[in-house]
Amino acid sequence: MSRVTITINGRAETREVEDRTLLVQFIREHVGLTGTHVGCDTTQCGACTVHLDGRAVKSCTVLAAAADGAEVTTIEGLADGQTLHPVQQAFHEHHGLQCGYCTPGMIMASVDIIRRHDGMLDEHTVRHELEGNICRCTGYHNIVKAVLDAAEKHRAAHAVAAE
Amino acid sequence: MYATTYHKPRTLAEAVALYESSDEPTYLSGGHTLIPTLKNRLAAPQHLIDLRAIPELSGIAVTSDTVVIGAATKHAAVAASKEVKAAIPALAGLAGSIGDVQVRHMGTIGGSTANNDPAADYPSAVLSLNAILHTDRREIPADEYFQGLYTTALEPGEILVRLEFRIPDIAGYAKFRNPASRYAMAAAFVSKHRDGHVRVAITGAGNEGVFRWTEAEERLTENLTAKALDGLAIDPSRMMGDMHAPADYRAHLVTVMARRAVQNLGGTHIV
Ligand SMILES: Cc1cc2nc3c(=O)[nH]c(=O)nc-3n(C[C@H](O)[C@H](O)[C@H](O)COP(=O)(O)OP(=O)(O)OC[C@H]3O[C@@H](n4cnc5c(N)ncnc54)[C@H](O)[C@@H]3O)c2cc1C
Ligand code: FES
Ligand code: FES
Repeated sequence: MSRVTITINGRAETREVEDRTLLVQFIREHVGLTGTHVGCDTTQCGACTVHLDGRAVKSCTVLAAAADGAEVTTIEGLADGQTLHPVQQAFHEHHGLQCGYCTPGMIMASVDIIRRHDGMLDEHTVRHELEGNICRCTGYHNIVKAVLDAAEKHRAAHAVAAE
Repeated sequence: MYATTYHKPRTLAEAVALYESSDEPTYLSGGHTLIPTLKNRLAAPQHLIDLRAIPELSGIAVTSDTVVIGAATKHAAVAASKEVKAAIPALAGLAGSIGDVQVRHMGTIGGSTANNDPAADYPSAVLSLNAILHTDRREIPADEYFQGLYTTALEPGEILVRLEFRIPDIAGYAKFRNPASRYAMAAAFVSKHRDGHVRVAITGAGNEGVFRWTEAEERLTENLTAKALDGLAIDPSRMMGDMHAPADYRAHLVTVMARRAVQNLGGTHIV
């Protein structure tokens, strides 16, 4: 057993957990944030994607003990009160989901992509960089549209901020 | 996953001492090969010794002659490094083609090179670029390091600390990916060294893991064009065959990948 402290969505969460505990189990079972999903458990599907110290990772393939002291953002940490995060809003507007199972991971991966590219994205790059996220429903079309739209708004917002 | 005990040593000496004093220990780096293996209960180490907090294993240093990369450096960091991109663009491009974004944010060059998966990318660069592998106890030249499927010259408990690549005149990497797993079905890393020698390393295809295709090297050392490879075939009995690609198809892919690597010297061609 190890005493592990992970700051999740800005709140320090300390738990006594078995060393084999995965980060996704820590988030879902120990802290009770069930927005992060487990789709495959074999590191393929990306449903469990969270940000670990600012980078998108598959939380089913990280040990909680190894994330001791780290900062994690999950899907629950994106919205500002009742106001959706721009990427959540874009998925909503473009109907970038059907059953919604992959959506938390898709959105966390998309936020990471937009941030790393400063919103400078084209369709090819979005499709390429979402390779680690599998959706069984949508055929990806509307997901890609949503990400491109959110990227454009990100660019616009930053251009305004820069002025 | 079976129960295990996690350790995070801060020094090489501490890591090796832990390894030597523990029952059934295993080193852990990015975990992107090891954790899936543990989850499938294909291995049951009693102690996981995380190497990522050891300072010697981190960082990228580029001089006029060499690129030295710490073993715990993540694929994403190699792919994004301006210095690596300038010195050996094919190496940065290779790193950026591994798995997917999330895998590249965790997986490390040392973990990949220690694991020596026959379909992994890095072993081809290490072998083609004739890298020197620095461990906690010695230096191993690439030609002596790879010893077959998932097998390397590393002794039990030996830690890969950093990888030293000599900067070539030019290098290229071409890969044909399995669309589901994204691992290579065949890939070629071709580099022309400053002494004029060309080295061709093939991954994803060989039934003994990464290997040098010496016949191609001879031709390309004389004439570094795709045309120089015309008519050169590789024996399918040296190739892996599986449900994704039979051996004769892989043998064909090897010749196509070698050609593409030559046509894309100074970069990569990934499909
Ligand atoms: C979905 C998915 C897709 C992938 N696609 C690709 C791909 O396309 N191409 C590719 O090349 N790889 C791919 N990988 C593998 C990925 O690159 C792994 O990260 C890598 O092979 C192992 O590195 P690691 O740092 O995760 O090592 P770990 O999993 O932590 O360790 C792997 C092995 O190496 C040993 N080890 C680790 N570091 C050291 C060290 N410094 N010294 C001695 N021994 C050490 C460990 O004990 C263990 O046995 C993929 C993985 C996943 C999950
Ligand atoms: S649940 Fe983690 S990648 Fe599918
Ligand atoms: S919306 Fe159902 S899996 Fe993506």
